[in-house]
Amino acid sequence: MDGNLAIVGYGLSAIGPGIGIGLIFAAYINGVARQPEARGMLQSIAILGFALAEALAIFGIALAFVFS
Amino acid sequence: MSLRVLAAAGETFEAPSAETFWQPLIGSGAFAITRPAIVYALSVVLIAAVLLWATKRLAVVPGKRQMTVEAVYGLVRNGLARDIIGSHDFLKFVPLLFSLFTLILVNNLFGIIPPIQYPTMSRIAFPLALTLFVFVVYHFVGIKRKGLGGYFKSMVPAGLPTWIVPLVFLLELLTFFVTRPVTLALRLFGNMFAGHIILVLFILGAEYMLLHGGIALKLVSIPTFLMAFVLTVFELLVEFLQAYVFTMLAATYIAGSLADEH
Repeated sequence: MDGNLAIVGYGLSAIGPGIGIGLIFAAYINGVARQPEARGMLQSIAILGFALAEALAIFGIALAFVFS
Repeated sequence: MSLRVLAAAGETFEAPSAETFWQPLIGSGAFAITRPAIVYALSVVLIAAVLLWATKRLAVVPGKRQMTVEAVYGLVRNGLARDIIGSHDFLKFVPLLFSLFTLILVNNLFGIIPPIQYPTMSRIAFPLALTLFVFVVYHFVGIKRKGLGGYFKSMVPAGLPTWIVPLVFLLELLTFFVTRPVTLALRLFGNMFAGHIILVLFILGAEYMLLHGGIALKLVSIPTFLMAFVLTVFELLVEFLQAYVFTMLAATYIAGSLADEH
């Protein structure tokens, strides 16, 4: 069993999106707590933001396997 | 310590890699009939059969089966298409979005349904083909609505200082033609691939520790199996979410091409 440096690169690339997605859902929870009736609208915005922020981590894993 | 125990057991543990997903059944090379191809065909047959069966006897007051299908249809039609594209011209995109959603959802769910257990979208070709279709559609409707010149002009928001317009145009061109299709395909692929490889790793690892390890490793394999179970439930969530996200982004891109102003 041996490792690969490219996978460590994926780990590093996941830090940014991890923080970003955390911030997005923190804001979403805040918004719903303050204004429960806006939940439906906020949900689709939150998922859109989550999907866009996640793209960077996905680039990371794709490139990790390309270069491994 | 664990590595030494594994080595002492004789065979070494082989971690799953990208090659694990290449499973040709008939033939070899580029034209082999692979396991995902069979699963994909199965999903199409399954969706068609379920939809035909559920809508055979349509009624104004829906029965149980019609109600179930209508719930999914309503989610795509009202929750995605109408809210994002807008009530004026969302209707002609509903068939495309509904097909995308059901196809991706069923294929993703096949990743954890026991006898099949292969997420088709973990091979890049499948999300790439779907993305290519969405790519052509959103450019086509944009050009048809605004004309070729108008379409490119609409990429740059109005009211910018003149010197910054070429720069923004270049960035928007990159967004429309490279970033959007690449991220759309890679997001679905990456999620299904990474999720499935983690499941394979946990289950194979637990199996290896149970069969080849010493007494301590046999005990460790129990929480590993439990973790595999928990991750399977997590995968279920990711599978729904990714089908939803892919459809939502397709609708967003179409809406962006149709919008009058930027």
